[in-house]
Amino acid sequence: MVCIVCKQKEAKVHYTELAQGQVKKIDLCETCAKEKGLSDPTSFNLADILLGLGASHEMEQASESKGGELKCQTCGFTQADFKKTGRLGCADCYKVFAEGLAGMLKTMHKGTTHKGKVPQTFRRSHDHASKLAQLEQDLQGAISREDFEHAAVLRDQIKVARKTPAKA
Amino acid sequence: MNILEFLISPSDAAKRSGPHDKVVLSSRVRLARNIRGVPFPGHARKADRVRAFETLMPAVQSLNQVGSDAFAESMEKLSQNEKKVLVERHLISREHEAKGVGSGIVLNREETLCLMVNEEDHLRMQALRPGLQLGQAWMSLDSVDTDLESRLEIAFSEQYGFLTACPTNLGTGIRVSAMLHLPGLVLGEQINQIIQAVSKLGLAVRGLYGEGTEALGNVFQVSNQMTLGESELEIVERINKVLLQIIEHEENARLTLLEKKAKVLFNHIGRAYGTLANAHSISSKETMNQLSLLRLGVDIGMIPGTPKSLVDELFLLSQPAHLQLKTPDKLDAEQRDMLRSDMLRDRMREVARPDHLGVVIPPKAAA
Repeated sequence: MVCIVCKQKEAKVHYTELAQGQVKKIDLCETCAKEKGLSDPTSFNLADILLGLGASHEMEQASESKGGELKCQTCGFTQADFKKTGRLGCADCYKVFAEGLAGMLKTMHKGTTHKGKVPQTFRRSHDHASKLAQLEQDLQGAISREDFEHAAVLRDQIKVARKTPAKA
Repeated sequence: MNILEFLISPSDAAKRSGPHDKVVLSSRVRLARNIRGVPFPGHARKADRVRAFETLMPAVQSLNQVGSDAFAESMEKLSQNEKKVLVERHLISREHEAKGVGSGIVLNREETLCLMVNEEDHLRMQALRPGLQLGQAWMSLDSVDTDLESRLEIAFSEQYGFLTACPTNLGTGIRVSAMLHLPGLVLGEQINQIIQAVSKLGLAVRGLYGEGTEALGNVFQVSNQMTLGESELEIVERINKVLLQIIEHEENARLTLLEKKAKVLFNHIGRAYGTLANAHSISSKETMNQLSLLRLGVDIGMIPGTPKSLVDELFLLSQPAHLQLKTPDKLDAEQRDMLRSDMLRDRMREVARPDHLGVVIPPKAAA
């Protein structure tokens, strides 16, 4: 049996947790167990407990690949903060930590893309953007077909659409 | 107005009824929302938290669904015990109970809509209904949420949906839950099977006061865990389906007990009555377990003339913070156990002695 964190060394520390009627088994090598503070279960990383073991590790790996610890420029939240709390600092953190979150979200949720309610204001600007993109695509098509009459109409429509704010 | 004066009295609160309320005590839908440009409450400095509070409170209070007769207050203005009372009424979370400056609560007159400001997220909105009414709870909360959109800049991303402090709430930010009374499944020793089956469906089963609490009084809370990649309506419908099945299992378990172990069942209920009516010191845990059996007794017709609402009222009045309301002196656990038993002995005089002859035992052929 190999360690579930480093996936290299042999697992020698076996941790069983009974939570809400579910048995959770965690097998770690000595090094990873020490690192996770498993000799003292009270110092276990909250992120790991809340989000599943390996969550904070995944985050670390993602940030190492970007050279150094990630930090949200908007709110100053760091990956160490995430490890400690299992929470994020602000809405922008989702962009900063996107890479490390991706795998975690996959195991945590049904999918990784939102399905369901979209706020009105967002829907309007979204519709607007996609309409503009469609017009531009049509324009390219018209030009390549050398249908310049139609292209001129489309060009004017794009001009108007760009001037109208999304919220109108 | 004082929150204690505002709250519906325990006796009226217990009288609220809804579909399937022999098994489903209450339904709840919660939405987590955050405003753009302010750090989440857990990471925000006090000044930021207060700024969010000052943006959110007037926006929330101006909602039609909240109404001008709602209760709205900063958490620092509430006493420790008042906050505990709100937890015992399931109106705020334990996490919110610990909050002070920069956090708030807004509760409508009917107590069907309760909003927590600066809990783990900037806004946690909850629609509450008696019995099994998840669809209705969702529809009413959906309209509240839509009205709020025009008043606030909500943090939303196309990919991740509504952005929340904890990634476990990401997407819809919805938590759909129901509080279930399952004495039949517990006595019939089927409860673990049910819990396991429900967990496998991606739903969580917890105790009375949510996360990390014991299932006292045979009360269990079932809720969705996943919030991303599934729409609100899909989640509501899925949970509803599972709940209808749990209800059926509970009803069957009660019938089976009556059929095969009627004596055991009557013994439990009779002793529960005896203890509640005669104890001179009783812990909150024992009270909840005995009241659970008494409620079962009412449901199967063993306690003539006693409405279920009386048992539910006693359940509420037995909680520590509700008992503390009876006296200005700070009670310790021992004093509380005595005061609780005094209250129960007094109120149990309204409850008729259990009569097993009044119980209709289902014919064996029905099995």
